[in-house]
Amino acid sequence: MAAISDIVNSTRTAFNKGLSKPLNFRKQQLQGLMRYLTEKEDAIAAAIQRDLKKPRDECMVTEISIVKGECQLALNNLDDWTKPEPVKKDLANLLESAAVYRQPYGVVLVLGAWNYPFVLTLNPLIGAIAAGNCAIIKPSEISANVARHLAETLPMYLDPSCFKVVNGGIPETTELLACQFDYIFYTGNTAVGRIVMRAAAEFLTPVTLECGGKSPTYVDEDCDLSLAAARIAWGKWLNVGQTCIAPDYVLCDAKVRGEFVVELGRKLREFYGDKPQRSCDYGRIINPRHFDRVSRILEADRELVVVGGDTDSSDLFISPTVLVGVDKTSATMQEEIFGPLLPVIDVSGLEEAVEFINSRDKPLALYAFSRKQSVSRYMLSNTSSGAFCFNDCVVQNGMVTLPFGGVGASGMGSYHGWYSYDTFSHRRAVLAKKQLGTTEWLMKALRYPPYTAKKTSWFLWMLAVSPKSRTKTALGYILGMGLCFGVLSSFCYVLGRFCFSLW
Amino acid sequence: MSKLNEAVNSLRATFNSGVTKSITFRKSQIKALMRFIIEKEDVILDAIYKDLHKPRWECQMTELQMIRNDCQIVLNELDNWMKPQYVDKDLANIFEKCYIKYQSYGVVLILGAWNYPINLTLLPLIGAIAAGNCIILKPSEISHHTAVLLEESLPLYLDKSCYKVINGGIPETTELLKYRFDYIFYTGGTAVGKVVMRAAAEFITPLTLECGGKCPVYIDSQCNLTLAASRLVWGKFVNAGQTCLAPDYILINEKIQSAFINELEIIIREFYGENPQQSADFSRIINSRHFDRLSKLLNYDNSSVIIGGQTDVNDLYISPTVLRVNLADHHPIMDEEIFGPILPIISVSDVDEAVEVINTREKPLAIYAFSSDTSVLNYIEKYTTSGAILLNDVMVHAGLSSLPFGGVGSSGMGSYKGKFSFESFSHRRACLIKNQWSITERLMKAMRYPPVSDSKLYWFTKLIEVRPKSVVLSAAPYLLLAGLTLGVCSAVVYLFTSYCS
Repeated sequence: MAAISDIVNSTRTAFNKGLSKPLNFRKQQLQGLMRYLTEKEDAIAAAIQRDLKKPRDECMVTEISIVKGECQLALNNLDDWTKPEPVKKDLANLLESAAVYRQPYGVVLVLGAWNYPFVLTLNPLIGAIAAGNCAIIKPSEISANVARHLAETLPMYLDPSCFKVVNGGIPETTELLACQFDYIFYTGNTAVGRIVMRAAAEFLTPVTLECGGKSPTYVDEDCDLSLAAARIAWGKWLNVGQTCIAPDYVLCDAKVRGEFVVELGRKLREFYGDKPQRSCDYGRIINPRHFDRVSRILEADRELVVVGGDTDSSDLFISPTVLVGVDKTSATMQEEIFGPLLPVIDVSGLEEAVEFINSRDKPLALYAFSRKQSVSRYMLSNTSSGAFCFNDCVVQNGMVTLPFGGVGASGMGSYHGWYSYDTFSHRRAVLAKKQLGTTEWLMKALRYPPYTAKKTSWFLWMLAVSPKSRTKTALGYILGMGLCFGVLSSFCYVLGRFCFSLW
Repeated sequence: MSKLNEAVNSLRATFNSGVTKSITFRKSQIKALMRFIIEKEDVILDAIYKDLHKPRWECQMTELQMIRNDCQIVLNELDNWMKPQYVDKDLANIFEKCYIKYQSYGVVLILGAWNYPINLTLLPLIGAIAAGNCIILKPSEISHHTAVLLEESLPLYLDKSCYKVINGGIPETTELLKYRFDYIFYTGGTAVGKVVMRAAAEFITPLTLECGGKCPVYIDSQCNLTLAASRLVWGKFVNAGQTCLAPDYILINEKIQSAFINELEIIIREFYGENPQQSADFSRIINSRHFDRLSKLLNYDNSSVIIGGQTDVNDLYISPTVLRVNLADHHPIMDEEIFGPILPIISVSDVDEAVEVINTREKPLAIYAFSSDTSVLNYIEKYTTSGAILLNDVMVHAGLSSLPFGGVGSSGMGSYKGKFSFESFSHRRACLIKNQWSITERLMKAMRYPPVSDSKLYWFTKLIEVRPKSVVLSAAPYLLLAGLTLGVCSAVVYLFTSYCS
């Protein structure tokens, strides 16, 4: 592999030549990606399965389909997204052209993650391509099969002078971060997020940091517990809990906790059978290091286990496990679990749950289950989180029209769909005037020195923003509607007369 | 615990109490800020004059009016901005509520600047208040009179428990940057911008950095020189060139350089008279440190001065000055943002050379270009990048709040003004609200939950699939609506004519 600085420099040369900017080029690259996703679907799924032992269907639904969807969305909308966005003008600029134009930043660095190694590397790449950037992708070395596959295969479908895959571990990432990028997109934990941002500060490089944390889930006393248990079980044990937006822990109203845990057990048996280790639908922990980490947490809180608790280090298997009687001092509450352990904390009700949530870092996602919509309103106005999902979990990630990102320790910035394009493009203000000599008398009268009190007051009047008037707005709408109705009616009348005369 | 630490903690406690959430509270604070600007207008103008010797017109247009306008925009629009922003839904979520809700970040730090001490401190404050945050406002100590005024007067208008003005220099700013904020807004030089971002990285605090750099101007051979000279002189010498957006240097087609310099001379005399030091409309340099810095640049090569060049250290006065410079001479005036009333002119052969010069340097906060040839203007717009670009004028885009104001690359990150301020200081929270309808569980069992099967996968993929755009399908709703409207209108006309006959 060439030296990392050379790779970055050559990518910058490609960008400076303007290769990645034309709309047609961007579409071609996205079409190349679509072909890649279709032709190499099996190879991609196989690579993910080798890394995460995920069922093939889960690879399809949570990774490949999502990337396909994002790519198709960008292709469908790129013409609209890249158009200039005209803005409202004031009196002083009435005759001018004022708009926001989108521009690529330049050379973008995408640092992928291992838990969804394909989607978390390719989704940001789609946004970077759509916005006209060149990009260097650094997949996580922990998901080594996907990393290798991307390095071998992507160059066959994307322009290799503009888009490069760089593989490696901490030394290579450190070396990359010492280079100048025009945007850095990072997915991973908060600690490394800090390192990335510190490195970015040296060049004043803007960043998006998709970090994680502990996503709380509240279960209310007025709740369909079977529904809640099913959805929480699905979201928690997808990818064996190795999801940044997995329900990390449950705050359950003490009055229904017993029944809720019973329902959880029931759902787990329905999903994975009596022996989850034999189920094709249940994955494995990514590697021995994480297996040891999660096992240590499990052992420390062993006496709280009520469901599961089995491990098999030769298979990197940890069963779906539920713990009760957990409190903030328990081992399961000290860090993001990122594994199949679900601690359940008893609370007296919604208020105590919210107090608990607010005493901790702002999470990437917040979930609540209740029949009462008032619970969602209370949660929304009394907490903060990247996203909030009521009566479900994890699925908000699949909605491309919602921005996906954290707040506080769970990250900054967002992406998905148009938000990816927005993230990777610079919003340039463009004000275009003509050289009309006739306007110079106005400039002399209002703007140029020597200043007089009259000039000042006239210009102030011209530039002032008036208070909104409901009457004026309503009159405007009524007039507009009346005009439309009048025009359409006249048209219909004339047409009717014409048709009648013909007949 | 230090005073600053206590201030941050008390603001956090206030924020957690939820007092800044309500729209009524936020509007009341914005109205109070407007009252401050109106009632204390004379005191404010006086303070700015003492700091920068700014003429009244400039104080009104470039400082107070911007505050009044942004306050009014917030009062007009905050109800709309705070409403849930509903988004398009896919088939899988067709019955659910999906929207974005803008939320306050929490405790915000605003670091003001000295060159527009009211504008650059209070404009971000408006956005932060509108977004429901609690705020520490740190005006620049260099514009000392305005800083003192803000510290003394703002607490008389704004809620003291939510908004604190803290004055001080480097030690106080360094200490503040050690504490956790939920958002930081900084206006100033790039070097300090990096220090701020490094500090923000410790808590992964999001931020907006409004930095500067050298804003280039290109003057084309096809150009109304009087128009270009007038707008350029106005923009360059407002606030004695101490504006982040000021045209920093000119790249001019060599064919028209002499004619243009003549125009500059005429316009400068028209604006500021024979002796600009006596003009009431020309400002002074902020302090002796900056005066010395600029004098050094001026004295580097006296032969390069073609207009002006006079200085008076007792008055911190530097006259409107134009230098003729060649890039090959490596004049130090091209090494850093000038931030003073000195305008280097560099001749280029054509627009290609100008674009090449611009692109070898850091991305500027703004690029300006003057030409009557639209193709030249389009060329510059297409082949350069900057925070903003103005064609046939300078700086005035800062007055249009519907345009985002911010830099790119070393000129900064993020943007603000008007709605962009509200968005900068808010977290965009995604919300997906479902019901607990048991009928949907049947669907979940059929498509989503394990054990998974090929048919489950097939149907679930179909549900969430994004299909290629179809012109027919996209047009169908519009055609339907048009048909319906036509039908309704025809029916009304028919009934009306029948009734009349």
